[in-house]
Amino acid sequence: MTTSLEQGINTLKRVIDAPIASYFSSCTGCGICSSACIFFTETGDPKYTPIRRVEPMRRIWEQEYTVIGKLKKLIGLAKEVTEQDLKDNVELAFESCTTCGRCSMVCPIGNDIVYMIRRMREGLTAAGLAPKELQAAAVRTMETGSVMGFPMKTLEAMVKAAEEETGIEINIDKPDVDYLLLLSSAEVMQFNEIISSLAKIFKEAGVTWTFSSKAHEAGNPGMHMGASEIEAMMINRIVEAAEELNIKKVISPECGHAYMAIRWEGPNVIGRPYPFEVYHIIEVLDELRAQGKLHTRASSGTVPMTFHDPCQAARRGGVNEPQRNLLNMMSSNFKEMNDSMACNWCCGGGGGMNTIEKAEPLVRKVFHRKRQQIEELDVNIVVTMCATCRNTLEEGVEDNGMDVTVLGLTEVVANHLLKENES
Amino acid sequence: MNEVELLNWARGPGLAYATVFMVFGLTLRVLEILSLGRPKEYAKVRSSGVKEGFRTIIRRNLPEKHCWKYITATYIFHVGLFVVIFFFIPHTQLFKDVFGVFWDGWPNYIIDFFTILSIATMMYVLIQRRVNPARRILSRPSDYFVWLVTFLPLVTGYMAFHRIGPDYTLMLAMHILSVELLMVMLPVTKLVHAVTFAMARYYNGSNAGRKGVKV
Ligand code: SF4
Ligand code: SF4
Repeated sequence: MTTSLEQGINTLKRVIDAPIASYFSSCTGCGICSSACIFFTETGDPKYTPIRRVEPMRRIWEQEYTVIGKLKKLIGLAKEVTEQDLKDNVELAFESCTTCGRCSMVCPIGNDIVYMIRRMREGLTAAGLAPKELQAAAVRTMETGSVMGFPMKTLEAMVKAAEEETGIEINIDKPDVDYLLLLSSAEVMQFNEIISSLAKIFKEAGVTWTFSSKAHEAGNPGMHMGASEIEAMMINRIVEAAEELNIKKVISPECGHAYMAIRWEGPNVIGRPYPFEVYHIIEVLDELRAQGKLHTRASSGTVPMTFHDPCQAARRGGVNEPQRNLLNMMSSNFKEMNDSMACNWCCGGGGGMNTIEKAEPLVRKVFHRKRQQIEELDVNIVVTMCATCRNTLEEGVEDNGMDVTVLGLTEVVANHLLKENES
Repeated sequence: MNEVELLNWARGPGLAYATVFMVFGLTLRVLEILSLGRPKEYAKVRSSGVKEGFRTIIRRNLPEKHCWKYITATYIFHVGLFVVIFFFIPHTQLFKDVFGVFWDGWPNYIIDFFTILSIATMMYVLIQRRVNPARRILSRPSDYFVWLVTFLPLVTGYMAFHRIGPDYTLMLAMHILSVELLMVMLPVTKLVHAVTFAMARYYNGSNAGRKGVKV
């Protein structure tokens, strides 16, 4: 057995826990999970059946953790997992799965399939099989603190520009303020209007906040890869920054996986609770709304719009209501997609897939489902709260020649407030 | 051994062995799962997840709305099996004799209806195993065996009750033996889902519940 295979298998043995054992024990092979997976529904190829994506792990579970499996192994009936098995699994665990978790909503047995897929990724990464694009992103983040490799200097320049534009002072490394704000790489690169938007909103609401030069982004390729040490390293930077600045509330950006990493997985990968709380930016805005600190008239807009729920923030992260409260505040014509909130269809680009070159044709193909969902509603505005979704949606819209504008919710809120103030 | 002796063995020692094996096996399977433990949750949860775990155990008894078309037949045969096992009057009598608990059985024509329904839907499900692409790709040889083990008690039970086949005593013995085979297979095959499904649903529901999501 080669060392990398051994490491992969040892990792898989380590990550199998009681929930996973109960899922494998219970799976009847009914195949219904396929009906929830965008990669199956849009291609019709049964190889994308969700539970198949963890087959090597199932064999390890059976051989290591069940009496029957051990007996089978003893008499030579067990098929051991080979290096080739793991290599073949990369396509299924990384290159055709966004870890959206929709499969976990429909399994009649109740299996949380994506929970297993995430652990499967850990095993593959330990065996040195993580896609090269994710590995490169992890290296960039470790070196620069940014998934796309933007050092703090880049953000500083943007902060300066935003200060000039808004006339509002924006803090970096200011201790004892209400919030520490983290961004995603996409926000720094493409959607940086968010900085001035938030500066205005927070000023109006009387909220104090800062960036940290130690941790300016929340993106975490360690999570997509299933490399817990890398994930922990990035989380620790944020924890240290918040601790040093004595900040009790940390804001996760409009980025689904960043929210999952910092809000839910972070404390578990570092093995201790945080001394602060984490909120998605949309939760913060909604709280300000509830406190009456977002100065708006109710339902002033009538432009029809819809919302795309990012899997990691909504279905897997539990942020489902705040975005609706905000949208209903701003528009009397907010239309729900058929299948929304926890049952929303994935944009097709999450889980690292839109960075993996090999996956590109598939990402494009499966956008068909989102297109259908949008076209059914007859809207020209799709709002979301994840930079990765936003990118994927923009590409899909362009690819398909759709007359649709994709917007980030924070920006929409900011624009709305601005209009209110002007009028 | 003649038919009467066979029936007596099946009713007596056979049933006892099968029951002991089943109970021991199922306990072992559950312990196998529990012994692996669950990682400690350090994130600040929105709920303990206990209530949501139990909720999912109940909630998943109804399929997600898009899934009916894949699951209706399976669903019917599960309901059918349940009715036939627990409401056929001789069965209720057996439960009374063994466990001392009694509830009213249902009239035979209802049981007949559910038996035929179960047999028919099980045959459909078997065909689906070959026809439905996702189900087919997941199927292993043991799945067909498991299907047969579940199917036999239904057919033998129906035949015995309606006096079909060579000899009533023999048919009844076959029925009881086929049930014992099912009981023995329960812990060692996928049939274990009859028990572990509750654990799977609990874990899924409670993990999601901690994050404030209902699944
Ligand atoms: S839906 Fe659940 S039980 Fe059916 S094959 Fe998928 S994981 Fe297994
Ligand atoms: S997590 Fe999403 S993409 Fe991955 S298998 Fe499940 S449904 Fe498909």
